[in-house]
Amino acid sequence: MSKSNFTRRGLLKTSAVTGAGLALPTIFTAQSAHAFTNEPTGGTVTLGFNVPQTGPYADEGADELRAYQLAVEHLNGGGDGGMMNTFSSKALQGNGILGKKVEFVTGDTQTKSDAARASAKSMIEKDGAIMITGGSSSGVAVAVQALCQEAGVIFMAGLTHSNDTTGKDRKANGFRHFFNSYMSGAALAPVLAGAYGKDRKAYHLTADYNWGYTTEEAVKASTEAMGWETVAAVKTPLTQTDFSSYIAPVLQSGADTLVLNHYGGNMVNSLTNAVQFGLRDKQVNGKDFQIIVPLYSRLMAKGAGANVKGIFGSTNWHWSLTDEGSKAFVKSFGTKYGFPPSQAAHTTYVQTLLYADAVERAGSFAPCAVAEALEDYEFDGLGNGKTLYRGADHQCFKDVLVVKGKENPSSEFDLLEIVEVTPVEQVMYQPDHPQMGGAEASLGSCNNGA
Amino acid sequence: MLGLEKKDFQLLLVVAGLTLLAPFILNPFPESSGMAQFNAGYPDLMQRFVIFGIFAIGFNILFGLTGYLSFGHAAFLGVGSYGAIWMMKLISLNVIPAIFMGIVVAGIFALAVGFITLRRSGIYFSILTLAFAQMSYALAYSVLTPITGGETGLQIKSTDRPLLSNLEEGEIGRANLFGMDMRASFELNVGDWLFTFNAGYYIAAIAMLASFYLAIRIFRSPFGMMLRAIKSNQTRMSYTGLNPRPHTLAAFVISGMYAGLAGGLLVAMDTQVGPERMFWTASGEVVLMTILGGVGTLIGPVLGAGAIKYMENILSKINKDVLHQWFAFLPDGLEDFVITLIYPFIGKGWHLTLGILFMLVVIYLPGGLVEGGQRLARALRGKKASDEDGPKASTEPAE
Amino acid sequence: MEAIILQILNGLDKGSAYALIALGLTLIFGTLGVVNFAHGALFMIGAFCAVTLSRILTLSYTVVDETKTDFLGNPAKVDVPYVYDLFGQATGDAIIDWAVPLSILFAIPVMMVIGFVMERGLIKHFYTRPHADQILVTFGLAIVLQEVIKYFYGANPIPTPAPQAFTGSFDFGAALGFDPNLIIYPYWRIIYFVFAAIIIGAVFAFLQFTTFGMVVRAGMADRETVGLLGINIDRRFTIMFGLAAAVAGLAGVMYTPINSPNYHMGMDFLVLSFVVVVVGGMGSLPGAVLAGFLLGILESFASMREVLAVLPGLNQIIIYLVAIIILLTRPRGLMGRKGVMEE
Repeated sequence: MSKSNFTRRGLLKTSAVTGAGLALPTIFTAQSAHAFTNEPTGGTVTLGFNVPQTGPYADEGADELRAYQLAVEHLNGGGDGGMMNTFSSKALQGNGILGKKVEFVTGDTQTKSDAARASAKSMIEKDGAIMITGGSSSGVAVAVQALCQEAGVIFMAGLTHSNDTTGKDRKANGFRHFFNSYMSGAALAPVLAGAYGKDRKAYHLTADYNWGYTTEEAVKASTEAMGWETVAAVKTPLTQTDFSSYIAPVLQSGADTLVLNHYGGNMVNSLTNAVQFGLRDKQVNGKDFQIIVPLYSRLMAKGAGANVKGIFGSTNWHWSLTDEGSKAFVKSFGTKYGFPPSQAAHTTYVQTLLYADAVERAGSFAPCAVAEALEDYEFDGLGNGKTLYRGADHQCFKDVLVVKGKENPSSEFDLLEIVEVTPVEQVMYQPDHPQMGGAEASLGSCNNGA
Repeated sequence: MLGLEKKDFQLLLVVAGLTLLAPFILNPFPESSGMAQFNAGYPDLMQRFVIFGIFAIGFNILFGLTGYLSFGHAAFLGVGSYGAIWMMKLISLNVIPAIFMGIVVAGIFALAVGFITLRRSGIYFSILTLAFAQMSYALAYSVLTPITGGETGLQIKSTDRPLLSNLEEGEIGRANLFGMDMRASFELNVGDWLFTFNAGYYIAAIAMLASFYLAIRIFRSPFGMMLRAIKSNQTRMSYTGLNPRPHTLAAFVISGMYAGLAGGLLVAMDTQVGPERMFWTASGEVVLMTILGGVGTLIGPVLGAGAIKYMENILSKINKDVLHQWFAFLPDGLEDFVITLIYPFIGKGWHLTLGILFMLVVIYLPGGLVEGGQRLARALRGKKASDEDGPKASTEPAE
Repeated sequence: MEAIILQILNGLDKGSAYALIALGLTLIFGTLGVVNFAHGALFMIGAFCAVTLSRILTLSYTVVDETKTDFLGNPAKVDVPYVYDLFGQATGDAIIDWAVPLSILFAIPVMMVIGFVMERGLIKHFYTRPHADQILVTFGLAIVLQEVIKYFYGANPIPTPAPQAFTGSFDFGAALGFDPNLIIYPYWRIIYFVFAAIIIGAVFAFLQFTTFGMVVRAGMADRETVGLLGINIDRRFTIMFGLAAAVAGLAGVMYTPINSPNYHMGMDFLVLSFVVVVVGGMGSLPGAVLAGFLLGILESFASMREVLAVLPGLNQIIIYLVAIIILLTRPRGLMGRKGVMEE
């Protein structure tokens, strides 16, 4: 008899044939020999891809899943190798991870933290997944990250932009490649000041939940530092679909800039409504009225259609980048699926590669060893230029893209144009920055489970 | 036995048997076979089966007996969860006080909500309960963030130092029962099968059996009769000089406490709470569980809860690759064709299957899965003219 | 003052959407006694009628343009809509531009047929079943319908803009003698309000002034007696169901330029429209309309930042709070009849 906090079945799957061969039911209890949760002992290793497949972010989830499948193909030596060829680390050989063939299981987060945790738990308990990755919202990322910390597996966050994920809710077993609210604010402010002047009155509409709060705080702080004035900040319910009653009073307030701290469906609707009201044709304080969307996503920009034209925002990555890594990724993704990848696809692909590479370099699947290999690791060639995985909060630091809705899109994917690549120094912050949970935030210690 | 009639006692025994042997029953397929995908015998899902079973049993006490359709029951589950996790964060990591706290908080909240909403009946009552639940959800998501954690919810953190615990510096507290970790499991490996006996599951299962027993007692008690009288004819009941309000309120609070128990157990098994737990779809889900299983029956809600959670957790995990593995034996063209046919219904299409199932059950089995089981049992008995009351064994595959 | 006028405008606009959906819901409930949880899905399908028509109008063949390249560096494929060939580019563009208003003509027959099929094929069998069964089966249907739409159109919102002629907004402030830009309102939203008013008026006129409407109203009051008089009330009810579906569908079509439609927009509106119907009083058509506008206006006022400064979070709960207050002070909503849906 043994106690294990999380069961593992990867071993059983591979050794099942021998077990079944025994004539009498040989009853033996599970092994206590495991060094860590779900240690892969057979010829395969299982990764858990936990993405929204139902609900409003289902398309984003589907794109993440495509990227994961591509990454698995490349790791196992299939396809053209994608960004493995441009990656600065050459540890990956295309023979799986540590010689083990990569397999994967998928699940549906439903963009609900409960469902996401249930799905992740089933991957860990039933399928023996050694790493969980994915997600399209910060609520889910924080919830699943906490679960992975308890269970003793690595969590490689997908699309999550809230400061909290690597701020006040950071965990030793969790890693985020995606950028965050603070970086968006820091990258946007100088560009906005350059384009629209330093004397602007901003009106914020903010989604009334954690991500909205951190984004509003970040954008406010960095634009105010540039000399902007914040006239008002109004919180809007997450479930709101029609934003007319929030947008109508904007002009009366004397503001000349509207900042929409919204994401997903909220952003599509609020931007559509704002443009409908003809705000962008107005002149206030002798200046053209402007709208800003701090976090852009191409999939969502598509939902807003022509309304995004000329509107500034920031993004983690865009397929029109011309560095070698991005080109290689766009090529292999585009060839396989027929359209360019989204930023969600990019970050999840990169996260999978980074995890695999860290395992190779550590020489072990043990979460603590992997975490150590990722911490303060510097790499290049994955589409964002030189990048640092900071050890203090497990956040990636890299250049941030400031983009603008394209005036004359040449195709349905060509919606954003890159205005500026903000260098990483400009978006850097201290791990104990007040917006990141201050001095109280701590990673805790890494957990191998078992 | 235990103050139950013979038939009820048999039912309780069957349920107890099924629950305790669930790790075996839910893992019928060998690990290495393709069918292992359908195995549900892993701790998290088994826990969910029994916890949502409790939730549905409680809901059925209100809806099945009095006919009052609450459309905001998830609020009690959510409030119970918040109560439980705060207990763990502040006072003790032991699950007993946390669950107790969940029940108490949910009970008090149900008393307040019930006191107001029960002034109305029918759909007016449903909308009132819905309104309270939606308000709880919206506030928990936004302005109450300091208490509820908002979007990201509440988890136990390394900075949480409950009063009655001696955690090391930086250690993250874990839910336990007098030192026994909720996630501790004992694994039994028989040939190609792996059975997992999880401590948390058995605690939840015992809670479920106790709730089930209590529900039987309520159904068979004079109080239960009174509740049924409210359902069949409230006016006549008041003419006989009985005031239905206190009885309905009692049923409402009991039912809210069941939800609180479920919420507390959810936290005990998995120490996290998020506000979506209170969204109207979650309230709708328990209504669906109850109707799907069979309103007003004892075992129905449990079956309904099992069926829905099974679909949510098992169907949604089948992806195209898995299908290709299953049908690899077919010739290529046929394989693709079969997969094209099945694909819309699994994985990301699991909602579609759920919708179709609801429709089929309501159209053909108005009494829910329980009626399906009874019909099947009758058909079998008709043919073989054997078998005594064999309760519900036939409905088991639905779980 | 300007702020208040503006929020009343907003409220009327929001309210007209609520009222239209609630009206259809009440038509079905009042005539057939069926609680239709698939009503939101009908609204959503209406919206997708507009999406479908604009897809049909932009149905294209591809031409390889050697002068351009796509994202992979291959020669770009350019889509050329068939309408260009049929009518020339300028007329073609104009037709595509007017896709949403044209969808009205497209949506009416489609929605009527969907309504008939739904009633004859499914709802008919549930007249005598408990409300709980009706809710479950129509809820199941709603899930199926939205999943089917999701399967074909994806989960992302699909932009369906209004015709160019209706973009921009009208300056009420200037017209009323205030400073310019203080009270502006988009043309399309004004059209939506007028459209809703016409539909609501037409439905009332139809029920009030036609023989058909009279019979239906009689049937709503006492179905059995009307049946005993030898009138085939069932067929009329089927037609009413088709009508209600069309009303929901039209509300959806006209809503698409306001917010890009997505597959779950029906569910977003479902709970709200039920609250509206119940606050108005079950089975009362004027009640549904009144409650729709009332809740729309109150919701708009609750979103003002002056209000939120005093009561943060009020915008999150206002609809439900109002529902609770009304239902506690008026037992059957604003205009509900005694004994309807109270058991």
